[in-house]
Amino acid sequence: MNRNVYINGIGSISAQKTFENNEFLNEFVDHEAQVISVVNPNYKDYIPPAAARRMASGIKMSVVASKIALQEAGLEQVDAIITGTGMGCVRDSEKFVSAIIDDDEQYLTPTSFIQSTHNTVGGQIALELQCKGYNFTYVHASNSFESALIDAKLQLELGEEHTILVGGVDELGEHTTALHKIINHIKPEIVKASQLLQSKTEGAVFGEGANFFVLSNEKQPSTYAEVLSVKIYNTLPKAEVAQAAIQFLKSNNLEVEDIDLVVLGNNGDVKFDSFYDELISKVFNNTQQVYYKHLCGEFNTASSFGFWLASKILKTQILPDCVKLNHVNSSAFKTVLLYNQYRGENHSFTLLKQC
Amino acid sequence: MEALKQELKKNIIEQINLEDMTVEDIANEDLLFGGGLGLDSIDALELIVMLDKNYGIRLTDPKEGRAIFESINTMAAYVAEHRTK
Repeated sequence: MNRNVYINGIGSISAQKTFENNEFLNEFVDHEAQVISVVNPNYKDYIPPAAARRMASGIKMSVVASKIALQEAGLEQVDAIITGTGMGCVRDSEKFVSAIIDDDEQYLTPTSFIQSTHNTVGGQIALELQCKGYNFTYVHASNSFESALIDAKLQLELGEEHTILVGGVDELGEHTTALHKIINHIKPEIVKASQLLQSKTEGAVFGEGANFFVLSNEKQPSTYAEVLSVKIYNTLPKAEVAQAAIQFLKSNNLEVEDIDLVVLGNNGDVKFDSFYDELISKVFNNTQQVYYKHLCGEFNTASSFGFWLASKILKTQILPDCVKLNHVNSSAFKTVLLYNQYRGENHSFTLLKQC
Repeated sequence: MEALKQELKKNIIEQINLEDMTVEDIANEDLLFGGGLGLDSIDALELIVMLDKNYGIRLTDPKEGRAIFESINTMAAYVAEHRTK
């Protein structure tokens, strides 16, 4: 029989002050920008300076988020580390490629090359934790985090591992951001976070962040929620989103009425938010809905912030006003459905249950 | 020579990302490797590339590097003597 999978510790570095686990969006930073960066913790409190000096921002964020998650789960070590990232250490990639171009393929230094690969993050976390177990990185655009989550869930269900650190991370890179502006993936105008869904323009407000979770077979006092199910689609036509959601619930023996909260990945892109409208107005119109990308920005693993948000709501039973999407109010949050997609591709459905 | 030493310190801080250090924190006679700044083999590669790029000096013998990179004083003396740009 499959074992249950619990979220026992979380760590989040985002554009909000989320690195303190005893707080829950107490202060909403209402960014006004096209691109939003993370609120940095004091990295020196977590990483020795000698180790930190070669770490790119994504690595630092991930190492700190991992340490916070492990600390909360009461662990010093995990059996495995599974990372999801869309772009990996993109700043070092930019640095390395720029150096190749600018210096005519001469004078190439090792550090940015070593640090430019996607799996550098998982490797650096393992070095910091001295974890010699299974270490895998999934790079699958906006399904990167969910791919990592599926791997972790399968291994825990089958009893192959007992504690797994799983997370999603992406950092902003100057050149990559400039390219996304050129191709209109980033909004042409500065948008106030709280007005994101009223912007009515194409593109998203880009962001960055690292959200890591300790998953385990064992429920404990620190447990946030149980991970019931995860399903990903590379392609899913808009007309089939509602049916896919209902089918996903059915395969977990649930009906629409069983869902107390829907966590949606709306990013204010007038061209693609209509995918969410399929659920907002056609399926879950009587269910409480929240959104979160105005808090963290859009990036390939932004859905890991949604996973963080859902975990916090399930554990605290508190729903911050700044994430409310509709006027329905649930009396309690027991079962939560998350749905995310980016530019009409790489859709994911995730189910979490209160413990 | 003093200007070159200051320039080398600035380049080292920038090249190997010694975030919390300033030029004033590095003494001319401080050991760069081992004790002192505690640089390692990857830093040595960064410094070799820096010498090539900034001063046109190509180091091929690792043993030679060990003596050159001992301190700012030794680096400055070597650069002053061998620089081609």
